[in-house]
Amino acid sequence: MTLLRLEGVTVRFGDRAVVDAVDLEVAEHETVCVLGPSGSGKSTLLRVVAGLQQPSAGRVLLAGADQAGVPVHRRGVGLMFQDHQLFPHRDVGGNVAFGLRARGSAKPEYEERVASLLELVGLPGAQRRAVASLSGGEQQRVALARALAPSPRLLMLDEPLGQLDRGLRERLVVELQGLFSRLGTTVLAVTHDQGEAFALADRVVVMRDGRIAQAGTPLEVWQRPASEFVARFLGFENVVPATVSGGAAATPWGKVPVPAGSPEGERRLLVRPAGVVLSAAGLGCVVESRTFRGTHVALLLRPEAGPALEAECDLTAAPAVGDRVAVAFTPSEVVVLPAA
Amino acid sequence: MVLDRREVVRDGSPREGGRATAVRLALMAVPLAFFGLFFAYPVAAIVGRGFRTDEGWQFGRIGEVLSQPDIAGVLWFTTWQALASTVLTLLVALPGAYVFARFSFPGKQLLRALVTVPFVLPTVVVGTAFLALVGRGGLLDEVWGVRLDTTVWAILLAHVFFNYAVVVRTVGGLWAQLDPRQEEAARVLGAGRFAAWRRVTLPALGPAVAAAALMVFLFTFSSFGVVQILGGPGYATLEVEVYRQTAQLLDLPTAAVLTLVQFAAVGLVLAVHARTVRRRETALRLVDPARTAHPPRGWAQRALLGGVLLTVVLLIVAPLAVLVERSLDAPGGYGFGFYRALQEAGAGGGTFLVPPLEAIWNSLQYALAATAIALAVGGLAAAALARRAGRFVRGFDALLMLPLGVSAVTVGFGFLITLDRPPLDLRTSWILVPLAQALVGVPFVVRTMLPVLRAVDGRLREAAAVLGASPLRVWREVDLPLVRRAVLIAAGFAFAVSLGEFGATVFIARPDHPTLPVAVARLLGRAGEMNYGQAMALSTILMLVCAVSLLVLERLRPDKTSGEF
Repeated sequence: MTLLRLEGVTVRFGDRAVVDAVDLEVAEHETVCVLGPSGSGKSTLLRVVAGLQQPSAGRVLLAGADQAGVPVHRRGVGLMFQDHQLFPHRDVGGNVAFGLRARGSAKPEYEERVASLLELVGLPGAQRRAVASLSGGEQQRVALARALAPSPRLLMLDEPLGQLDRGLRERLVVELQGLFSRLGTTVLAVTHDQGEAFALADRVVVMRDGRIAQAGTPLEVWQRPASEFVARFLGFENVVPATVSGGAAATPWGKVPVPAGSPEGERRLLVRPAGVVLSAAGLGCVVESRTFRGTHVALLLRPEAGPALEAECDLTAAPAVGDRVAVAFTPSEVVVLPAA
Repeated sequence: MVLDRREVVRDGSPREGGRATAVRLALMAVPLAFFGLFFAYPVAAIVGRGFRTDEGWQFGRIGEVLSQPDIAGVLWFTTWQALASTVLTLLVALPGAYVFARFSFPGKQLLRALVTVPFVLPTVVVGTAFLALVGRGGLLDEVWGVRLDTTVWAILLAHVFFNYAVVVRTVGGLWAQLDPRQEEAARVLGAGRFAAWRRVTLPALGPAVAAAALMVFLFTFSSFGVVQILGGPGYATLEVEVYRQTAQLLDLPTAAVLTLVQFAAVGLVLAVHARTVRRRETALRLVDPARTAHPPRGWAQRALLGGVLLTVVLLIVAPLAVLVERSLDAPGGYGFGFYRALQEAGAGGGTFLVPPLEAIWNSLQYALAATAIALAVGGLAAAALARRAGRFVRGFDALLMLPLGVSAVTVGFGFLITLDRPPLDLRTSWILVPLAQALVGVPFVVRTMLPVLRAVDGRLREAAAVLGASPLRVWREVDLPLVRRAVLIAAGFAFAVSLGEFGATVFIARPDHPTLPVAVARLLGRAGEMNYGQAMALSTILMLVCAVSLLVLERLRPDKTSGEF
C-alpha cells in the first residue's frame, strides 16, 4: 500500500524552482533514499512532506489523505534533522520524551518507552545526561530515538549519518537497516552519499536540480545509470561521446563492444572501471597513477587517444606507474547512455 | 543544501504567512490597545491643549519657538550630552558586562543587584548624592579641591552611574549565553584574543549592544532630574525646558512645541536604530550561562576584574555610600534618628497624612502590579515581533520605545486630563499609577526579550512541531525555557523602573498613597536639616528595597539541569 505520494510537487524561491514537479511514491515498510548533490532540493522535499515548507504547486498525500492545510504537528511524521536540533535545555530523556508528551502520553508510560528506545539506539540509561555532553554520534542516536519515540507512520532522515566517522557510519547503516525492518518503519531518507543510500535503501531516487533523474533499486541504478549525470554522480568518470551501430561503438578510445540490444546512433558511453581489463593487445596506455583500494587497485591510464581512463585490476597483477600497458573492454561493463 | 535552508527559513509560503500574520496581529492587539489608550491618547491630548486656543488651532507657534536661538542651543546640548553619555557608559560598562557574564567570583549576585540600584533611585536623590560627592564641600572638594558641579562632567558621570546597569544587564545577559567555543574556534584559526573578540563575539553581541546604547541614549536624551540639579542654570535639556515652560512659566504652547520636537528627535533615533539593527540579528548558539562563567585566570583577567570592581566602587558605591552616611548623620551624632522620625504621620512638618514608612508598601504593591502589566504587554509584543518582521511590525517596534523618550511630566499630566472622565474614569482607581509605570517598563521587557527570542534557532521550533507540538506548546516548551532568563531580567528591570518612577507618578499618586520617590521628593522640597535627613533615610530605604527585590529575583533562577518541569 502506498503511504506517501507526491504529485507534481514544486517549490519555488523567487523564480528558481528548488523542487520541480516531483512525483514520488513510498510504499508502507519501504525505505526510500533520495540521493543527490548539494542544492538538488532533497532537503526541501522532506520539509514539504513534514509541512515545514508549503509547496508552490502539487499535492502531498499521506495514506491517501491530502495534507494541504494539515499543520506540521498533526501530520504524524517524524523528521531527524541533519544537525539533530536537540533541545539544549532538556536532558536526553526530556528530548526523547518530547514527542510522547506532546501527544498526551502519561509519565510512567513514556518513561518506559524512553528507556526502551535509548536501549534500542545503544544508549541505555542515558536519560539524565545533558545534551551538550554528548558526542556527535551519541547526539545522532538521541535524535533518532526522539524521532522514533512517537512511532511516526513515516520517518524522514536528513543526511542521517552525515557527520559521523566512517567506522561508526558503517556500523550504524547496518543497525538502522535491521532496526527499520524489525520495527516495520517506513523511511524516507535523503543523503549525498551513495554508499549510504545504496546500503540503506530498498529504492533509490537520484535528484538533480529539483527533478528526479532516476529511480530504481540500488542494483538497477548502479548497473544501468539513466544518464551521464547519474553515472558521474555515482563516481564513474569513463564517459565519452559515441556512435553506436551493430554491436559496437565508435569512441575516442577506438571501437568498444556494447551489450546486445543497446540503442543505436549518437550516444554517450559509460565504461565501468571493472570493464577496462589489461590484455595482450588493444588500446595502448601509460599508467599515470595507481591507488590501493583494499580489494583491488584503481589505475588511472593515459591512452594513446581519447580522455583518461579509469581501470581496476587485481592486487597481484597491478602494473607500476609509468608502465606501458594495453587494455580491452568487456561489453557487460559498458552502458549506452542517452546523448547529453 | 545549506543555501536552501537559509531561504527556507526566510521564505514562508503565502498560506503559512497568512496564518502567521493573523497570529501576530492577535498578539499585537493587547499592546496596541495599551499604548493607544495609556500613551498616545494622553500625550496627544496634552499636546493638543497647547496648540488650541479659543480661536482654533495655532500651529504658527512651532516656527516661532524653533527660531529662538536659546531653544536651538537647548536642542544641541540635549543631543551631544546624550551622545557623550552613551559612549562613555558603553566604554565604562562593557568590561563590566564581560566580567559579570564570564567570571564567577564571590559576591557576584550581590554586586549585580547593587549596580542596578542607581537605576531605581529618583533623579533628585541621585543629583543630591552627586552634589555631595563632587559639589561644593563634597568629598572631592575636601580632599583635592576639585569641583565638578558646574561642569558637564558631573552630568555625564551621573548618567553613567544611572545607566551602568542597563549595559551590564542587557549585554551581559546575552554574553553569558554565548558559546565560548565560537571564540575558541577563532583563536585556533589564528586570531589573537582581541581579534577573536572583535570578529566573533562583538558581532554576535551587536544587537544587544545596540539595544543597550539605544536605551541609554533615550534616557539621557530625556534626562531631567540630574541635569536640573547638577547642570545649574548653564545647562538644560529639552525635558528640563518642557518642565520649566509647563510648571514655572505656564507657557503650555511652548511646552507643546518642545514636546513635539523631542518626539521627532526620538522618532528619528528609533528609525535609525531599526534600520541598522534589524538585519544584524541572527540565530546564535546559546548555552547555559552557568557553564560559561569561570573564576578569573592569570594576571590579565584578575586585573580586569579588579578594574571593574574599582570602577563600580568609585562610580556606584561611593555616591550610594554618601547617601547612607548622610541618612545616619543625625543632629545628635550618628544614629537612626531620621529613620525613627519616618514612622510618624506628622513627619515633615505636616507634609504627610500617613507615616512615610507606609510608602514602602505602596511602592511595592504598585511596582508588582506594574511589573505584571509590563511583562504581559511586553511579552506579547516581543512574541509578535520575534517572527519575520514587515514594515508594519517594525513601526510597532519603534512605537513601543517611544515612552522612553517622552517626558514623564507630559505623560503624567496627560493622564490627569484624559483618564478622569467617562468612558475611562480611573481617577480614583489605584491602577492608574501602575499603568503609568508599566509604560516605561514595557520597552525594557521588549528590548531584553527580543534579542534572545530572535536568537532562538527556528529549526528547534520546527523539530518540536514535527514531534507533534502545537504552536502554543512550541512556545511554552521551546521558546519560553530558552528565554526564561531574559524574562527574569526583564521583570527585574520593569520592577526597578516602576519602583523609581517619579515624573509621572508624582502627578497621579493619591496624596494619602505616596510612593517612595514621591515621598523623598516631598521631603527634599521642604527646608530644614530634619527633612533633608529624612529624605536621605527614605532614599536609603528605597535603595535597600530595590536591592533586596532584585536579589530575590536572581534567586528565582530555575535549575538548569532539570529537563522536566
